[in-house]
Amino acid sequence: MKIDRRRALAAGGAILSTLALPPFARAQGKPIRIGSTLPLTGPLASLAIIHKVTAEICVENLNKRGGLLGRPVEWVLRDDQSKPELTRTIYEQLITADKVDLIQSPYATASILAAMGVAQRYNKMLLHTSFGIPKLAKYDMQFQTAGSPFDPENVWPNHVFDAAAKLPKPPKTVAIVTSKFPSVHAISVGAREVLKKRGLTEVLHLEYEFGNRDFGPIASRVKDANPDFLWGGTNGIDPVLMLEAMSKIDYRPPAQVHLFPAPGPMLKVPAAQGSLALTTFESHAPFTDDPTIAQFVKTYAERAKEAGIPYTAVDLQSAIMYAAWQVLEAAVNATRSLDDKALAAWLRKSEVKCLFGTLKWNGPQNYVEGADLYKIKQLQQGRWMVVHPNQWAAPGAKIV
Amino acid sequence: MGSAGSEDRLTVPSATLLGQSVLSGVFIGALYGLLGLGLSLSWGMLRQVNLTHFALAFLGGYLTFQLAAVAKVDPFVSLAITVPAFFALGMALHWFFMRFKVTLLNTLLVTFGLTSIIEAGIQWYWTADFQRMETSYAHVRWKVGPLYLSLPDVITLGLAVSLCVGMWAVLRYTDLGKAIRATTEDAPIAAAFGVNEKMLGYLVSGLAGAFAAVAGVCLALDHTLAPVQIYAWMGVVFAAVMMGGLGRPLGPLVAGIVIGVSEALTMAVTAPTWAPLVSFSLLIAILLFRPSKF
Repeated sequence: MKIDRRRALAAGGAILSTLALPPFARAQGKPIRIGSTLPLTGPLASLAIIHKVTAEICVENLNKRGGLLGRPVEWVLRDDQSKPELTRTIYEQLITADKVDLIQSPYATASILAAMGVAQRYNKMLLHTSFGIPKLAKYDMQFQTAGSPFDPENVWPNHVFDAAAKLPKPPKTVAIVTSKFPSVHAISVGAREVLKKRGLTEVLHLEYEFGNRDFGPIASRVKDANPDFLWGGTNGIDPVLMLEAMSKIDYRPPAQVHLFPAPGPMLKVPAAQGSLALTTFESHAPFTDDPTIAQFVKTYAERAKEAGIPYTAVDLQSAIMYAAWQVLEAAVNATRSLDDKALAAWLRKSEVKCLFGTLKWNGPQNYVEGADLYKIKQLQQGRWMVVHPNQWAAPGAKIV
Repeated sequence: MGSAGSEDRLTVPSATLLGQSVLSGVFIGALYGLLGLGLSLSWGMLRQVNLTHFALAFLGGYLTFQLAAVAKVDPFVSLAITVPAFFALGMALHWFFMRFKVTLLNTLLVTFGLTSIIEAGIQWYWTADFQRMETSYAHVRWKVGPLYLSLPDVITLGLAVSLCVGMWAVLRYTDLGKAIRATTEDAPIAAAFGVNEKMLGYLVSGLAGAFAAVAGVCLALDHTLAPVQIYAWMGVVFAAVMMGGLGRPLGPLVAGIVIGVSEALTMAVTAPTWAPLVSFSLLIAILLFRPSKF
């Protein structure tokens, strides 16, 4: 190949610019291996792909910044098939056979609990993204990165009813319809107590099995009860199915919350407009005021599209995984160590600023009681935006 | 049961709530029947417990969704593609079972494996995320007195009744149907009378595949698609097939509607969490009191 002057200069420039990088930006040596599982197949696969895409971006960015302790980072990912018993086995393998240096979070309460047992057996620190029942997290080297409180059954209903109180017509009566999916069920049970304390009246309480196919009768019962506010103890696709069943009988609740809905499908349901939900992060200011986070939001949108993820905005799921890698990086850089005990000791007494607030672990079981980093978002004009508390609300956004 | 609350106990529903719940049960029951039709035929007549039927129904749903989303093909026009294709798939499956002489129990295991493969293929192409077909049919509904009927539900009921009654009539009144029934009863004797057992096997298996394609359109019309949901329908449809009697086209429809209405009424008068128990309690009751049916 003929090399002309322009090409030679460009090549020279590229080499010089690489050499000019500060030493910490060039990862060298044996990679630091970080192992984890995600439910890439099975019932939780639709959420795992979000975590996978996010973690890949995090590791890529980490290596661009020089890795950890000057060494490149290698993420060893295995598929746990949404099975906690398999998660347990794979974490054993990751620690004993693959000999990973550190471990990262699997997804969902049952798998995290399974991994926590293994982590405890081998004295490994476990960061976790999505553990729904904090009181079960007894291991002293586990740390949540989702911004959850120690008592979500108390804190989250209060967030929801604080936000509902700002509605143009604050509710007086509430219908609670909840799935028996463990975490949302526990929060909904808490909501019954919270609404009583706030002087609200519960006009309906229904529980259904997760995976229910026919929401017609449930929709009819809510319509009959005629509440001011529907508390949907729901996650995934259930809110969509419930609202579509309500639309079929020409009913729409005056106001509603659905705790953890699949964000993309909700956008396509006209009756979902105005729905409230819990979140930690949405892809708008003030979250994206940090240029690094704005870039992550942009990169995630591109990668999510490539991966065939229908909803390409960064929200709760992606944010909690991003935070897990932020916390890991902060702990390793602060301690200059890969020693699990040193990392855990540092986290217990420290705070880490992540993309949705400042994480702390100085309360019971490494949680914080009575406070968290969760916010309330609302679906407005085909877009999810944070509306409560005010300091995290999208510019100009109000609860409608 | 969850924590005690006023609505966890038995409540007296209004007539509208009751009526709307019965309608809801009839519609979901029709879908159970439609999904069960092909399963019942292949189980009762070919002695094949074909779990792949559920995967094919979902694959049909995804193809309908894809054709509607990309090529803007009406869901019912897409049947012109999916029905022949799935008829061929059904025949291919039958060839596989014949070629390798797969026994009744092994058909269960083999088709479970095939279901997993189809599920993986669906997840690879359409991802594990929820997919929803956008169609104008979804927005059409009628008010009859205080009750509401939606077009996708009515279409599902219409298709289920047409196919089940049509298949029943074919089996009962035509020579072809009589030949199929004769083969089911005693294949060697039927063959002695000139019935081509082999060809009829391919025909029944192909029809079961084609019914899966039709069920797929109904799933896409009114349900959200996700690969893992293939398994969510298995238990209740199996119950409908067993209650309805193997190889009886009207059986899964009637049993499906009985189950659907029972579940819906359970949800209307007491805690909805009891509803899933209804189908299996009914099945156990029938097995106990009418075991000769099986």
